[in-house]
Amino acid sequence: MGSGAIPQPAEPPLLVGAGLAAFRGERLVFRDVALSLEAGGALLLVGPNGSCKSTLLRLLAGLVRPAAGTLLWRGEDALADLAGHATRLAYLGHQDAVKPGLGVAENLRSLAQAGAGGRDVGAALAALGLGRLASLPARMLSAGQRRRLALARLALSAAPLWLLDEPTLGLDDASVALLGTLLARHRERGGAVVAATHLALPLAGAATLALA
Amino acid sequence: MSMLALLARELRLSLRHGTDTVAALLFFLVAAALFPLAIGPAPETLGRLAPGIVWVCALLAALLPLERLFGADYEDGSLDQLLLCGLPAGAVAAVKAAAHWLVTGLPLLLAAAPIALMLRLKAELLPVLLAGLLPGTLVLSLLGTAGAAIVLGARRGGVLLPLLVLPLAMPVLIFGAGAVEAAATGLSPRPHLLLLAAVMALALPLCPLAAGAAIRAAAE
Repeated sequence: MGSGAIPQPAEPPLLVGAGLAAFRGERLVFRDVALSLEAGGALLLVGPNGSCKSTLLRLLAGLVRPAAGTLLWRGEDALADLAGHATRLAYLGHQDAVKPGLGVAENLRSLAQAGAGGRDVGAALAALGLGRLASLPARMLSAGQRRRLALARLALSAAPLWLLDEPTLGLDDASVALLGTLLARHRERGGAVVAATHLALPLAGAATLALA
Repeated sequence: MSMLALLARELRLSLRHGTDTVAALLFFLVAAALFPLAIGPAPETLGRLAPGIVWVCALLAALLPLERLFGADYEDGSLDQLLLCGLPAGAVAAVKAAAHWLVTGLPLLLAAAPIALMLRLKAELLPVLLAGLLPGTLVLSLLGTAGAAIVLGARRGGVLLPLLVLPLAMPVLIFGAGAVEAAATGLSPRPHLLLLAAVMALALPLCPLAAGAAIRAAAE
């Protein structure tokens, strides 16, 4: 199940999981999941519907507690300080977390992490082709545009780890290309990506982790 | 993300979907206005019941916006983002409680004075009523936040919520109405107000912690 060798002391990888298991309600949905992610690396989670790719992503984000196993961030326990772990990652759930009552730019600003404070909201919107819609109320957006707004949150984030749940859901081809550019730039800067998907993603050289 | 930035977000959202505050205030006014109709407008009777009426109506009005406090964020996925904003879950819950007090508790407190006078409360008892309502509404916001977090994700959470919060709010009601009662009979309202402050001192750290644990559990 492991992807990529685990290098010894010199440079611990960004994120290493070993023996991970999780419950969903009363059911053990996966066990003995191992993964390793280098800076600049990418990992695709694949598997049929109900194979709990989302649960694994939420576990990596610290939202779901692992029933067993360890998750190490640069060699140290990642989940010991959940609030601290949260600042290292940007999470895109299958819901967009967009407030219809706020404007497009306001939506982005209202959930921006402190570390992203100096970055430009306009640039993040432009990166997803939403620049011209910045002042529009978010209730006017289509489903695909809302998804792009949720993705713009990633463009604004300075976090090294991106966790993406079906990032291309509802996107047209042009937007998928924009997402590809965004992902490539993030990985060039040394960021890592874990994505759960059924569709082809613009992630060159990504390792694959199959969940049964 | 700082707690102030989060509070600013909550307040902006409340103002934008501003019906909650208005609904709570109107409920407070209408419910209190029912009493003179039911028990008659005689000033002595009404004036004696006024503190209790104001307290009970304020308590019920404060419950109204609670279901949406976390519910809206839970449904659209924002709750995950809030849990990942870099603050501990308890701090997120504390901000939610502060926002609930600012957009519901404080307006209710301000509306309590004219409503109490409308119910013929003696003017000299008004300061005691308000002095009790200040910590009282704060405790209601804190208890309500904890309750709202606990019923998050439960079916029929809206029905469960008052059943959970109202029994916990009973001490607040007893001491709050007791303070005015004491002042009316010429005794000092001080012990009642101090007990209210003690309840607040207890709720201030405990409720956000409980609410924080509950939203983490709901997100799982």
